[in-house]
Amino acid sequence: MKLLINLLISAPEVFQKGKLPLLVVLVFLGIIFVYFIEKAKKGGELFIRKIPGLEALDDAIGRSAEMGKPVVYLPGLVGLNSITTIASLGILRKVARKAAEYGVELIMPNADPLVMTTAQEVVKEAYLDAGRPDLYNPNNIMYLTSDQFGFTAGADGIIMREKPGAVFLQGYFYAESLILAETAFSAGAIQIAGTTATTQLPFFIAACDYTLIGEEMLAASAYLSREPILLGSLKAEDLAKAVIMVFLIMAILLKTFGIIDLSFLLEIK
Amino acid sequence: MRKEVPLLITILTAFIVILAFFLTPLAQTQQILLRWYAIIGGFAMFVGVWNLLKKHVFQVSRGKNTFYSLVLVLGFFMTFAFGIYSIVKYKDAFYINSPFMFNFNYVLAPLQSTMFSLLAFFMASAAFRAFRIRRLEAALLLFAASIVMLGRVPAGYALWHKLPLIAEWIMKIPSMAVQRGIGIGITLGAVGMSLRIILGIERPYLR
Repeated sequence: MKLLINLLISAPEVFQKGKLPLLVVLVFLGIIFVYFIEKAKKGGELFIRKIPGLEALDDAIGRSAEMGKPVVYLPGLVGLNSITTIASLGILRKVARKAAEYGVELIMPNADPLVMTTAQEVVKEAYLDAGRPDLYNPNNIMYLTSDQFGFTAGADGIIMREKPGAVFLQGYFYAESLILAETAFSAGAIQIAGTTATTQLPFFIAACDYTLIGEEMLAASAYLSREPILLGSLKAEDLAKAVIMVFLIMAILLKTFGIIDLSFLLEIK
Repeated sequence: MRKEVPLLITILTAFIVILAFFLTPLAQTQQILLRWYAIIGGFAMFVGVWNLLKKHVFQVSRGKNTFYSLVLVLGFFMTFAFGIYSIVKYKDAFYINSPFMFNFNYVLAPLQSTMFSLLAFFMASAAFRAFRIRRLEAALLLFAASIVMLGRVPAGYALWHKLPLIAEWIMKIPSMAVQRGIGIGITLGAVGMSLRIILGIERPYLR
């Protein structure tokens, strides 16, 4: 009887075998990344195409400086657990540094208190890097509310009252994206948007002067820093994309000619 | 140390979360980390609220944008008072007849709906600007959008019974293909950025 009970006791598997294909992909991506980073370290030549939205960043802040108007930066509604918000902080660092160099006031309303405290540190350090710590005003990086339309109303109010020269919408947005972008347009600001929310991208493309589409936003920090190691990782992403494209074409052909059906890979979660 | 300690915490946490995806015994550790994040987030909320009140009380005392700041400060304390009163009287702030819920249902919810309804007007103005641009892409966008919009309403079906089918095809094939392409790019971008953060070569949160 004791033996039978022992046999009936179940235990979860240590390694989830169903996720093995994902682990293989992750290891493969890791190897590509490390290869390109090492290549970049050795000084290999890397070509990265121009991203208009990031090229326009300096001009937008310069325009605000000429007009004597502030710059508004909106990091989206999502907290620090989103990679998009972390990418947004990288762009914020560059925007804050330029704003400090040009002596432009930077206003940043937040929907998440953790993002607010991190952003305060990022902006403070950017002002220090630019040699203008005297211009840093922590009150300009403020918390509004975590409520979606409460935040939208607050941010819209700030845009309409302050009439900024440029508005940066960089982060994860939901239905409020178009309301914010159109308000910025009506205030006469240049809008540079960027998001990984595919449902909101069409709104930004229609309403904003420049839009960072998905991965462009995630690449922004590396692109702006121009550091070879970071640029190397962008090349790795391109190679991974090429490999995925070849794999997709092969899978379609294999399925079409009835050789093998790889659709079981879609079941992995 | 100001750099190394946060970097070490980031790297360790990231590795645990990744490994927990594949290794069952680490799932509990991942849950603990997520709980810590929630606790830190809860404390950060106090910092956020303190920041908000401090800024607006300061603005009221300085006479800058007094009206808006006064509305915010009064609104905050009124909602807080309603919440406390509701807890004391009904033992639950979310009791349907409590002043707190009255405030939510008849003040906050209509204000939220008003903001959301603005979207319809902004959609029209943004679409007008996008379609007005004289480029091939804008013309294609106008053409596709017109078919999709017409195909989604009974008038479109009355005009030509195949319009809803064409609208469906546009959404399911070309639009979906583009969305998936962007989606793959975003996923790879996220993997790339995560690896850069884990390896410590990109630190947007550090100097």
